[in-house]
Amino acid sequence: MTGILGTLAEAWDEVRVHKSRVLLSLVGVFLAVFAMTSVTALGLMVAQVQQELAERSGGRAATVAVNAWDPVTGMPPAGEAWDAAVAELVQRYDIATAATIAYGETRFRMPGGTMPVQTRRVSPNYGDLHRVEPIEGRWFREGDRESLSPSIVVNEAFLTALGVPDLSSRPTVVIGGADPVRATIVGVVREGYAEELVAYRIDRSAGPWDAAAAVDPATAMYGGPSTLELWVPADQTDLVTETVKHDLSLALGGELQVDAYRTDPQGAEETIAMLRLAIRGAGTVVLVLGGLGVLNIGLVTVRQRIREIGVRRSFGATSGRIFAAVMLESVCATALAGLLAVGAAIVLVRNLPLERLLNNGIPIADLPGFPVAAAVEGMIAATAVGALAGLLPAIIAVRAKVIDAIRF
Amino acid sequence: MSLLELRGISREVRLPDESVLPILTGVDLDVAPGEHVAIVGRSGSGKSTLLNLLGLLDTPTSGSYLLDGEPTDRLSARRRSRLRGEVFGFVFQQFNLLPRRTAAENVAAPLLYARGRDYLRRRSTAREMLDRVGLGARADQVPERLSGGEQQRVAIARALVRAPRVVLADEPTGALDVETGAQVMALLAQATAENGAALVTITHDLSVAALAGRRFRLERGHLSPLVEAGALGAATSDRGPA
Ligand SMILES: Nc1ncnc2c1ncn2[C@@H]1O[C@H](COP(=O)(O)OP(=O)(O)O)[C@@H](O)[C@H]1O
Ligand SMILES: [Mg+2]
Repeated sequence: MTGILGTLAEAWDEVRVHKSRVLLSLVGVFLAVFAMTSVTALGLMVAQVQQELAERSGGRAATVAVNAWDPVTGMPPAGEAWDAAVAELVQRYDIATAATIAYGETRFRMPGGTMPVQTRRVSPNYGDLHRVEPIEGRWFREGDRESLSPSIVVNEAFLTALGVPDLSSRPTVVIGGADPVRATIVGVVREGYAEELVAYRIDRSAGPWDAAAAVDPATAMYGGPSTLELWVPADQTDLVTETVKHDLSLALGGELQVDAYRTDPQGAEETIAMLRLAIRGAGTVVLVLGGLGVLNIGLVTVRQRIREIGVRRSFGATSGRIFAAVMLESVCATALAGLLAVGAAIVLVRNLPLERLLNNGIPIADLPGFPVAAAVEGMIAATAVGALAGLLPAIIAVRAKVIDAIRF
Repeated sequence: MSLLELRGISREVRLPDESVLPILTGVDLDVAPGEHVAIVGRSGSGKSTLLNLLGLLDTPTSGSYLLDGEPTDRLSARRRSRLRGEVFGFVFQQFNLLPRRTAAENVAAPLLYARGRDYLRRRSTAREMLDRVGLGARADQVPERLSGGEQQRVAIARALVRAPRVVLADEPTGALDVETGAQVMALLAQATAENGAALVTITHDLSVAALAGRRFRLERGHLSPLVEAGALGAATSDRGPA
C-alpha cells in the first residue's frame, strides 16, 4: 500500500520539480486533446441537433407516411371509412403510433387585423412522433377533441404578434371565417423561421366549427390532403409500406390510390459514425505527434537523470519502482494536460453560439449538453499517450547500469 | 558472527576488445556489526568496485559474499534491492544529492522506498536527521545553495535515515578541503557509531583511515591489512574494545 503511495509521491515529485520541462512537453498533448475533444464534442452535438431537427420534420425512425386520394377527383376518402380502415390497420399490425397531419391555413384575428397563418392540423400523438417539446404549456391531448373552444399550440412569434408575453394570462384568439370561434392557446413551441407564425390545431374535433370548416370551399382549397403517419419498427418498414398500401386500398373499396413511403431521416447513424471516425482519425494523428514530443523529451531527460536513478537504486528502489516512477511521471503529466484540455474544450464548446452556427439563429428547443463521451475519450487518449510515451524512457531507466550511473 | 563476509571475491570486466580486465582478485573481508573499517588505496585500485559489491550494487565474478551469514548470490533482483535499502546507507564522493530538491526532501527520499510508518513519517524523520547533522536550519535549501561540507552532511543524514546496519562511504572527503573533510569524517564516524551501524570507509587519505578500528590496503585488486610504520601500535589498540 505504501509502496503504491510512494511510487505516486515520487512521480508527482518529478512533475513538480521539472515543471518547465514537463510543461513544454505537454503543450502538444494539450493541443491535441483540446482539438480532439472539442471537435468530437461539437461533432456529436451537431449530429444530435441535426438528428433532432430532422426528426421534427420527418418523424422518428421509422416513420411511414400514407396518403390516399381518388385518382379521378383528387379528393381524399370519406372520413368515417378512412378512420375505420386505419383503426383496423393499426390494430392488426400492432403499430405503436398512427398520427395524422394536414397542412392548411387558418385566419386568426390578431390585434393588427385578420392574418392567415400556416396551420398544421394534427392528431395529438403527432407530438410523440415528431419530438414536439412545448417550451411552455402543453401539447394536445385526446380530450381536446371534445373541448368547446378549440385548443391551439403556437410558436413564440405568434404570441408576440398577439401581443401576449406568455401563457399566464390564458390567452385566446378568435378564428375568423363564416362561423368565428374563440380558440384557447394551450402550448407554445419553438419553431419557424424569423417572424414566421406557426399554429397547430387538432385534426378533427367534435366542435361544430370543424364540420363547417370541412365543407367550407375556401378552406378546402388551401388545405392539403391529410397524411397518415405510422411509427413502425425500422426493420419492418418495407413490409409495413407494402402491406399498408394493399390493405388500405382494399378496405377503401379499391377505387382509391394509396401511397406509402418512409419520411424519417435515414442514414443519420451512418453519417454520425463516419463523422466520428474521421474526427478520431485526425485526432489520433495530432495525438501521435504530441506523444512523440513527450517521448522525445522523456528520452532526453531519462539520460540526464541516469545518475539520479542510480542514486535511487542505492536507496533500494526495485526495477519495478524505477519503471513505474518514470512511466507514471509521463502519465501524471499527460493526464494533467488532458484534464486541462478537456476543461478548455468544455469552456469553448459551451461558449460557442451553436444556435447561430447550426440553425440560422433559430433557438433549438433542447440544446444538447457537452457529451460526456467526448470528455472521457479525451482523458483516456491523454493517459494512453502518456503511458506509450513513458514506456521507452522507463525501459531505458530500468536497464541503466547502476554502477556506471553513480560513477563520477 | 560477521555481518558482512567476503570469501575469495574476484571481479573481472570484459573490455570491448574481448580481453578480460581483473579488478579484484581473491578478496577476503569480514565486517562485524558496529565496527569501523577503512580501506585505503590509490585511484583505480578497485576500491569503488569493492564497495559496490558490498552494497549489492554489483555482483562478483567469483567467490562468495555472505550477508548475515546468508549467501547473496541466489537473491532475486527484487530482494537484493530491498536488502540494499534496508541494510545499507551510501555516502558518495560527489555527494550525489538529488538536484533541485531541498535538503529535507533529499534526506526523506530513501524513505520513499520504505514501508508503513517509516514511509508515512518520512518528512519528520528527515528533519530530525538534519538536526542531528547540524543542518536543521537549512532543511529547505536546495543542494545548489549549500557548501560542499554541508552537502556531504546532508548526504550523511540521508545515508542514516533508514537506520541502516552498514554505512558504505566511498571517498566521503574526496571532494572537500582538508579541514572540512576532517569535520565531515568526524561527523560520519560519530553519527554512525551513535546509530550502532558499521562503517566501511574507502579513502586514499591516511588521516581519514586513522579514525577506523581496522584498516586495509587495496592494491591492484588485492586486499591486505594496512601496516603503517609508527601507527601500528594505535591500530592494534583500536581493534580491542570495538
Ligand atoms: N565496467 C568497467 N569497465 C571497464 N573498466 C572498469 C569498469 N569498472 C571499473 N573499471 C576499472 O577498474 C579499475 C578500478 O575501478 P574502481 O573500482 O572505480 O577504482 P577506485 O574506486 O579505486 O578508483 C579502474 O581502472 C577502472 O577503470
Ligand atoms: Mg572510486
